[in-house]
Amino acid sequence: MADARTFVSRRAGLRLWLSGGWLVLLTLAAVLAPFVSPQDPLAQDLFAARLPPFWQAGAEAGFPLGSDSLGRDVLSRIIYGARVALIVAVIAGTLTCLIGATLGLVAGYFGGWPDLVISRLVDIWMAFPPVLFAILLIAVLGTGLSSIIIAIVVIDWTRFARVVRAEAMRQAAMDYVASAQVAGRSRAGTMLREILPNVLPTILVLLTLEMGIAVIVEAILSFVNLSISTDQPTWGGMIAEGRLSIYQAWWVLVFPLVALFLTVLSFSQLGEGLKDRFDPVLR
Amino acid sequence: MSDMIYRIRDLRLDFPDMTRKPLFGPAPRIEVLKGLGFDIPRGDVVGIVGSSGSGKSTLGRAMLRLLEPSHGSILFEGRDITHLPESALRPLRRKFQMIFQDPMSSLNPRLTVGTIIAGPLRLHGFDDLGRRVGRALDHVGLPEAMRHRYPHELSGGQRQRVGIARAIALEPDFILADEIVSGLDVSSQAQVLNLLETLVRELGLTLAFISHDLSVIRRLCKRVIVLHRGEIVETGDTAAVFRAPKAACTRELIEAIPLPDPNQTWA
Ligand SMILES: Nc1ncnc2c1ncn2[C@@H]1O[C@H](COP(=O)(O)OP(=O)(O)OP(=O)(O)O)[C@@H](O)[C@H]1O
Ligand SMILES: [Mg+2]
Repeated sequence: MADARTFVSRRAGLRLWLSGGWLVLLTLAAVLAPFVSPQDPLAQDLFAARLPPFWQAGAEAGFPLGSDSLGRDVLSRIIYGARVALIVAVIAGTLTCLIGATLGLVAGYFGGWPDLVISRLVDIWMAFPPVLFAILLIAVLGTGLSSIIIAIVVIDWTRFARVVRAEAMRQAAMDYVASAQVAGRSRAGTMLREILPNVLPTILVLLTLEMGIAVIVEAILSFVNLSISTDQPTWGGMIAEGRLSIYQAWWVLVFPLVALFLTVLSFSQLGEGLKDRFDPVLR
Repeated sequence: MSDMIYRIRDLRLDFPDMTRKPLFGPAPRIEVLKGLGFDIPRGDVVGIVGSSGSGKSTLGRAMLRLLEPSHGSILFEGRDITHLPESALRPLRRKFQMIFQDPMSSLNPRLTVGTIIAGPLRLHGFDDLGRRVGRALDHVGLPEAMRHRYPHELSGGQRQRVGIARAIALEPDFILADEIVSGLDVSSQAQVLNLLETLVRELGLTLAFISHDLSVIRRLCKRVIVLHRGEIVETGDTAAVFRAPKAACTRELIEAIPLPDPNQTWA
């Protein structure tokens, strides 16, 4: 039993370190982009077009991950693209979480007419196909960072609302909630101080998952050119461009894909890892 | 102050019967408590027994106003609490406390034992929380260091002691204990019962003890109320009820007590 526990916690620890490490690294690079990126991400230099990454013959110093067909540095563009990805992840993820989790918590704990109203709203909302919904929203709002964020929040709050509602309902049936009433705690106090701490691990996992989803959605929208203006580097935009020259310069496609993959994976693993690490009940 | 802690008259309570709910319109009501009346004087230890589904827990939850009766009246220390709204009940709640059957579910798993006991104290404006928590733990025979533990780190018996500590820390006038030993093994059962006996003696508690096990009631309670299908079928001195049970279901409950068989040997 003790062995199994240490095994689980060690594995959870490794997961936490790897995913957290990548996200910290990415965040630092994004914040310090002007200082750490080797080149101006927009500077074109046709004489330095399609340079291969550093380990291949013909590579040039200053272009560690190679350059694209316009001679722009791939690494610098990835770093600046991380800015957009992380801003969308953090802001859209947090807003989605706040709105969805609050509604879910209220519906699940209070029941009655608040639950009826919120649940019906969720049902109606989920009847819209999400991709169509997103493209429609962007068409109405116009492209831009805030449009992407609004589209993600508007579409995905139902995920939080549904899961948190179910969990809050399960918790509300426990005797510790009755016991809070016996102690004279108000309804709102019980929701915030008794139920919320018990729903928080679920919320945390959903939040990091949502951040990963936000990164993907941003990448998809910039891939189809519905994201921010085309001259700013985004991972989705890089992938779209790299696709055209895959046989001549695979690195233009592959490196942003790897960055995207690692980031999305890290977000989902971070939530699970944090839950395993800091949940007193599992510890 | 009245020396009747509880005065209960013609208490009725019904639930909607969802199994017979028509497609449209309200579900028919099913009456679970069918007009109960009894008094609990200050300092009394009353047993409430009855078979499963007889309405014991429902009665307890109505007495604590976790449920609202549909009819009749509940006077607590002379004050009518039958239909008081939650906001008016809240300041009174310190005076009537409850110990729950399942301590795993009745202790918030994310809070430490210290926080669990201190929470209600803070709500009712007690000062000197640290010392009060320490004293409550001491009363139930748990070491001071337990306050930093989480419920899942304790044994079943220890958890139930935390539930008792939380209730007595508020210095209530009345405590309801709903089947508090039925989830424990025999030796923890005996320990928790001993503890309760001691606390009743030392703190002068008024206690209602719900159980389906008459042997536990016989040990602890002066008086007993026997419930059957939401009605009181028998009430009186525990010893007298044991000697000459009037109702058939009381006799059944008494017969259900395992008697030590003098003919049995270990060989
Ligand atoms: N919320 C509810 N809705 C509908 N019926 C209920 C509800 N709570 C209890 N009942 C019914 O009321 C009756 C009495 O239940 P109660 O829990 O009070 O019994 P009990 O005497 O405590 O039994 P046990 O010894 O099994 O705990 C049961 O028939 C039960 O099905
Ligand atoms: Mg019961």
